[in-house]
Amino acid sequence: MIRVENLSKFYGGKRALGPVTFAIEVGETVGFLGLNGAGKTTALRVLACDLLPSGGVVSVDGIDVVANPHEVRKRIGFLPEFPPLYQDMVVCEYLTFAGRMRGMSSAEIRKRLPTVLARTHLDDRADDIIGHLSHGYRQRVGVAQAIIHDPSLLILDEPTRGLDPVQIVEMRNMINELKQSHTILISSHILTEISQTCDHLLVLREGEIVASGSEEELSAGLLEINKIVMTVVAKADAERPAEGEAKGAEDGEAKGDADGDAAEGEAEAEDGEAKGDDDGDAADGEAEDDKDGESEKDGTGGYKDVIACLEAVDGVVSVEAGHELHQRARSYRIECTHDLRPEVSRAVVEAGHSLLELSHGHGELERTFVKLVRGDGDASD
Amino acid sequence: MRAISIIFTRELSTYLRSLQGYVTAALLLLVDGVLFQTYALGDGARLSADVLQNFFLLTGVLVQVAGVLLAGRLLTEERQQHTIVLLNTSPVRDYEIVLGKYLAAFVFLVGMIALSVYMPLLIMVNGKVSVSQLLVGYLGLVLLGGSSLAIGIFASTLVRQQFAALMVGAVVNVLLVLLFPMARRLDPPLQGVFEQLDLWWGHFFNGFMKGIFNLVDVVYYVAIIYFFLLLATKTLEAKRWQ
Repeated sequence: MIRVENLSKFYGGKRALGPVTFAIEVGETVGFLGLNGAGKTTALRVLACDLLPSGGVVSVDGIDVVANPHEVRKRIGFLPEFPPLYQDMVVCEYLTFAGRMRGMSSAEIRKRLPTVLARTHLDDRADDIIGHLSHGYRQRVGVAQAIIHDPSLLILDEPTRGLDPVQIVEMRNMINELKQSHTILISSHILTEISQTCDHLLVLREGEIVASGSEEELSAGLLEINKIVMTVVAKADAERPAEGEAKGAEDGEAKGDADGDAAEGEAEAEDGEAKGDDDGDAADGEAEDDKDGESEKDGTGGYKDVIACLEAVDGVVSVEAGHELHQRARSYRIECTHDLRPEVSRAVVEAGHSLLELSHGHGELERTFVKLVRGDGDASD
Repeated sequence: MRAISIIFTRELSTYLRSLQGYVTAALLLLVDGVLFQTYALGDGARLSADVLQNFFLLTGVLVQVAGVLLAGRLLTEERQQHTIVLLNTSPVRDYEIVLGKYLAAFVFLVGMIALSVYMPLLIMVNGKVSVSQLLVGYLGLVLLGGSSLAIGIFASTLVRQQFAALMVGAVVNVLLVLLFPMARRLDPPLQGVFEQLDLWWGHFFNGFMKGIFNLVDVVYYVAIIYFFLLLATKTLEAKRWQ
């Protein structure tokens, strides 16, 4: 549907975009991702025939945007970053105006209007003056003007900008409904919106596409590992008495832990700290860094068994334990060469630990996004 | 043509709904009435034709000012409200946008000018003036106002702020008026060129004030209007490339 080859756009002597090359097929929902100034809005404005490109070829349905912008505009509905609304007009009057501007006859508009109002949930606001509407409703009117002529391609530039959480969900649902009948291009800073609505992502940095693919492809492709987050109650922790009894029984447990963690015990012995500390925690490894030291305060050190058992799985690159959560559970962040969810879950269960939760690392897109758009190598934290 | 009509209707309704249009019209008529009473009628006895000529001169200057005031908002407001995107991404051509807006402002300005007709009618009641002087004089006002509007809409394509557009429109108008006295200090051929371009009221507008219909004068104003509307269209087109 859209073919873009070596598209570039300069504002004066400054390059805002390109050269970029990409293609979008009919029915796809594509997200443009990037920081401010990355070139997202410029790319969308060129595709919407608001701006003309400085170089390259852009075609929509095989029609060149420079040679025949008029024809391209008929096929496109565009919601810019700031919805183009006449504050003094009534919603219906405005949508009629927008429809007529797109070449619709009065009869066509009359027929189409109820559908558009229903799809954008504006039925009860049809006779309101736009200037009196809340920001959320204005955004809906912006979407309504973009779809009034039933375009095949819908371009939405930051459609959730300035909306509250409820309105964001409503807008996301609306976009998901529109996906059924339109090819959609969306730009947004809100990554969850992109990941939940788009089939394909184009990540822009300083006017260039630095990555392209689905969320999973981007995460895996860029980081070259998969990340798994699991919540586990270590076998040793499960056998630990409840919090109230813990104090009195600490010494006894410490012995058991020290046995289980002989290696750590030896390490501690080297720096002498274990000897000076006669409670059970000493056996958990005070030679560890501060973070681990803190973790030990709220557990018995059973997490090390879990780490050991996870690290033994083929393909696991690293395992990082978090702080102890409620009911002795602890989260573990595992980096692996590929999706190892079946293997790691089996390993944990077979070692006698209790697996409470397992998921692909949430927030991976955000990490990937930050890494991509900043262009730095350290986006993991 | 269809797009021109849609934009024209929308723009004219904006003038009729907004305070700005009525305030501009009220101010024009108020100042015109005061100046008519003070300067055009004067204290001593005068020929009705001279009074009418003075009326057209004073009203001409005011119409020029009103043209700049009315046109200043035409595209700057669209940019400030971001509604220009709707026009730019609709299947309409840039000249249709410019013409639709221009014609709406022109019709509103003609309405304003028409409301001043009570003053010449007063002269007719109390004196003797020819209808042809009245009609030709009003034709001149319409053409002068149209020129000022064209300059104003061109100014509004250049800048983002309405005030800046008013300033640019006013400066271009003043410069075109001053071409006439400037031409007198220059040698040929520049003198001849400047003389044929000026908006000085004593030049191309002079015949209209006296009731003399001269086709050259009409062609001059039409050419000014065409030139600045063309500039406005080309500026809009150029902005897409910028």
